[in-house]
Amino acid sequence: MLTIRNLESGYGQLRVLKNISLHVRSGEIVAIIGANGAGKTTLVHVVAGLLKPWRGDLFFQEEDITRTPAEVMAALGCVLVPEGRQVFASMSVEDNLLLGGSILRKRNGTAALRSQMEQQYARFPVLQARRSQLAGTLSGGEQQMLAMARALMAKPRLVMMDEPSTGLAPLIVREIFTIIAQLRAEGNTVLLIEQNARAALDIADRGYVLETGKIIVQGKAAELLANNDVQRAYLGREQIG
Amino acid sequence: MSLELFFQYLVAGITYGAVYAVVAVGFNIIYNSTGIINFAQGEFVMLGGMIAISLVQWLPLAWAIAAAVALTMLIGALMELCCIRWLRQPSILQMLIITIGISILLREGALHIWGEGIRSLPYFYGDAITAWTFGPVRLSPQVVWVLLACGCMVAALHLFFNRSTLGREMRACAVNRTAAALCGIKTRNMVTLSFVLSAGMGALAGCMISPITYTQYDSGAALALKGFTAAILGGLGNSMAAVAAGLLLGILEAFSITLVPLAFQDAVAVSLLLLILFIKPHGLFGSSAVARLKAF
Repeated sequence: MLTIRNLESGYGQLRVLKNISLHVRSGEIVAIIGANGAGKTTLVHVVAGLLKPWRGDLFFQEEDITRTPAEVMAALGCVLVPEGRQVFASMSVEDNLLLGGSILRKRNGTAALRSQMEQQYARFPVLQARRSQLAGTLSGGEQQMLAMARALMAKPRLVMMDEPSTGLAPLIVREIFTIIAQLRAEGNTVLLIEQNARAALDIADRGYVLETGKIIVQGKAAELLANNDVQRAYLGREQIG
Repeated sequence: MSLELFFQYLVAGITYGAVYAVVAVGFNIIYNSTGIINFAQGEFVMLGGMIAISLVQWLPLAWAIAAAVALTMLIGALMELCCIRWLRQPSILQMLIITIGISILLREGALHIWGEGIRSLPYFYGDAITAWTFGPVRLSPQVVWVLLACGCMVAALHLFFNRSTLGREMRACAVNRTAAALCGIKTRNMVTLSFVLSAGMGALAGCMISPITYTQYDSGAALALKGFTAAILGGLGNSMAAVAAGLLLGILEAFSITLVPLAFQDAVAVSLLLLILFIKPHGLFGSSAVARLKAF
């Protein structure tokens, strides 16, 4: 579904991503884990079209998306739930969802938009209860759910999530990850960016470990969980003996 | 001050204030979508008046005004398409200087086309001395036209931003441009649209006020200053507050001539502007916290 080959990118003079190659197959949850500053967010920003690649090729469903801007990426069915939620704070929850569905409305009309919104309300009942509240007044967990619901309003093929667990209480994190696993069960494809390596690898099919802009380890999620280096660096478990 | 005189000043103040309010709202629309102050805002008002005055020789008044508004909207769109859109990651300063440059260009262009003469549209109903009397209040029909047009514009704008899909998308771009792009909204088109909208509003206000204040190639500058003062007074980015601030500024200005000579009328707005910037830069109705949650 998504193929990245020899990608390089960065900001100004600073090269952040060095020769990244990865792929995401349809129906998978793929986790990208790594420490702060490893380039995880830069990577999804390039895919989402917010940042231009310097070198390399990107393909989404056989289509070349190397130079595709963000608004077109969303229309192609590749959406990003950005880091720090980025909800439209001074607008209502319902307005946020309607905006997320603007692509769907253009493609399939208002009826499809309404039914999609009902589906999201069913998935996140707390949002329905707060539908006329301003998004900025929601709690962190509710804002994360709103950001996810807003992205799902576009009926995407690939959902990219950047650090969905940041700043949330452990119980909420578990709820969010349950929902992500549910998305796969419904046939969605998810690219998950996380610092919380254990939580991410627990639900993921495969994973990549990013370190200073390079992929250092990749493999099945279970293999990564068992990998000594990964355990030491990202799972906080010192090997004995 | 007699009651009659009081109402005379009040009505005059509200009339001018309504135009300041519309200019201020125009500032806000562009500020919200781009983060810049469009210093050519006053020129839109001047262009609206001037074009309508030229067209009224050939067309009925209503058509001349409609055409003037449409043409000014086109100029607003061209301004954005030619000068703003192609900039890659423009800095605020860059865009500011561009709008100042365009305002000078439009003013000089107007001088070239229409000369220095002072012109005006005919009164829409009756003439300069027609007045309706309500007790102590005497109203020129033109004043009613100005208030009606400005009121309708502000109300229509409010509905547009809060009820329509396009308006909602424009607000989204103002609140969080990146998130709007991620939702598949073409943010650049929204910027163009904001220039078109505020050009159209300015032009319509310019036509309405022209019979009362007359129009000259450089009448935009003063209006821009007053509108800017109103926008700052209300708190940048907040349109409903700008309307209140515009009316307040107009009324203050009208009553100022009971205290200071008429020639100092413009100084009232400037001193008020400086005073706000020194004391309460977030505006009368704004606070620094709310400024972050800005909305139309």
